[in-house]
Amino acid sequence: MGEHSQLALESGSRVGVIGGGPAGSFFSYFLLQMAQRVGIDLQVDIYESRDFSIPGPAGCNMCAGVISESLVQTLSVEGIILPPAVVQRGIDSYVMHTEAENATIHTPLDEMRIATVYRGRGPRGIQEVKGKSFDGHLLELALDMGANLVRCRVKEITWNAGRPQVEAKEGEPQVYDLLVGAIGVNSPSLALFENLGIRYRRPKVRNTFITELSLGSEAVNNKLGSSMHVFLLNLDGLDFAAFIPKGDYVTMCLIGDIDRKLIDSFLEHEAVEASLPEVKAATSDACHCSPKASLGDALNPFADRVVLIGDCGVARLNKDGIGSAYRTAKAAATTAIFEGISSDDFRKHYWPVCRSISHDNRFGTLVFAIVNVMKKMQFLTSGVLRMAKKEQTKQGKQRRMSMVLWDVFTGSANYRDVFLRTLHPAFLSSFMWQASIGALLAKSGNR
Amino acid sequence: MEHGALGKVYRNGESIVRQGESGDCMYVIQAGQVEVLQEREGKEIHLSVLDEGDVFGEMALFERETRSATVRALGDARVLTVDKKIFLRRVHEDPSFAFRILQKMSHRIRELDAELVRVKTDS
Repeated sequence: MGEHSQLALESGSRVGVIGGGPAGSFFSYFLLQMAQRVGIDLQVDIYESRDFSIPGPAGCNMCAGVISESLVQTLSVEGIILPPAVVQRGIDSYVMHTEAENATIHTPLDEMRIATVYRGRGPRGIQEVKGKSFDGHLLELALDMGANLVRCRVKEITWNAGRPQVEAKEGEPQVYDLLVGAIGVNSPSLALFENLGIRYRRPKVRNTFITELSLGSEAVNNKLGSSMHVFLLNLDGLDFAAFIPKGDYVTMCLIGDIDRKLIDSFLEHEAVEASLPEVKAATSDACHCSPKASLGDALNPFADRVVLIGDCGVARLNKDGIGSAYRTAKAAATTAIFEGISSDDFRKHYWPVCRSISHDNRFGTLVFAIVNVMKKMQFLTSGVLRMAKKEQTKQGKQRRMSMVLWDVFTGSANYRDVFLRTLHPAFLSSFMWQASIGALLAKSGNR
Repeated sequence: MEHGALGKVYRNGESIVRQGESGDCMYVIQAGQVEVLQEREGKEIHLSVLDEGDVFGEMALFERETRSATVRALGDARVLTVDKKIFLRRVHEDPSFAFRILQKMSHRIRELDAELVRVKTDS
């Protein structure tokens, strides 16, 4: 326990977790695991009204469903193995498409270390439900660790003699020693925390577009296999676009300032039509959503006896939201067990983890700004692809461009690392050389 | 290999790490079993069998030594590689990340102690 904290968890303490997505389940799992290690008996209630075993929007947390390479490894070391029933497809390579050409890039180990998953049980209208929900799997782990599931929507959060009180749609109001907000940025429950008097304000957001395209297992195998397809196209407002293979489906994910016009421009782009001509027809009646993605940090995501984790606190820019949910959830759980549950405890021991994610996002903003500039200059994108293609015969660490692209588009490394790697003299000289050749070939009309 | 199977499949008898080689990664067994062997004077000495969720190769992350043993698939085994950099970065940010590794190392020391006692008692 924290030596100085006046507020701490002890045997018999009650913890309420609002939200049973990855952040809430990770928090509950690690809190109970660490409590067992130090010999504290806690009661943890997870409030989650969604049933992740139901296909379609009712059981889905709206996300592209990519578990990054670093998170797959991290979870394995933590003892959380993702079974084939949960993983729709393992990814070992990606195909990068630009305006004029494309390149397949394999990871050095040639190993399936990225997982594509369904957050729920699969899209609306799915003919044959194969496998399990990722969120459902994590929730099961938390319940196996001893958490209780309250399958109810929360309608009010108030204070009761200095402790947070949760009132669900059914049952008596419950008073907790610690209340955890793990509700994402798409939940109406955010307002409950904003009205709690802790000066919490939700992060800024922007729209994304995700749709599940039913192509059938054979087409997904033949066209995409175990590769994610990433598009670097000169379309204003489009920061990132990808086709992500899953069981019988391909998930199309667009991030940026997305509106209907931009979606149509993307679908009609010749690079998209050339790579997957079936896509446009498949979008007509497909399960789709426009979830908000965090674009900044929340204000005051903690107070005495309250902490907010995952997207509703701080999340990584554009990528690996589940990875930041894991990091913030574990940091909050560690603080609550070993330091205390006061605002000061969270400021000293939880906030630094959020701040490091936030700090890294500044490099992310810079990296995506550079990518956006490059998209507009074909000789630069041509240089990128030429360099990546030429590297494929080299050893892992010598594939400098491939690894930079892989880490930017899969979220497998932090943005600061990626940015610093692009400043390496060997990277810069090779890229300038290939870009110059690209410019000369473009000038002579020969690609 | 199933579409949703992470890591890499090693066939029965296939070596995953070899004694004496240098290494900068560790491994987590996703499915199946592996056998740990040490080669001495041309003979193979069986040390242990590891199961799903077990880790091996972790000693190379803590010491700059070569691999102390050979690890082979016992039947088909699916194994995920964990990069040294990712492991050490996580431990630096969150020391409790190493808890399971310490727990497994502690368990192995306990087994080795028991084996030592048995050998000394027999001799």
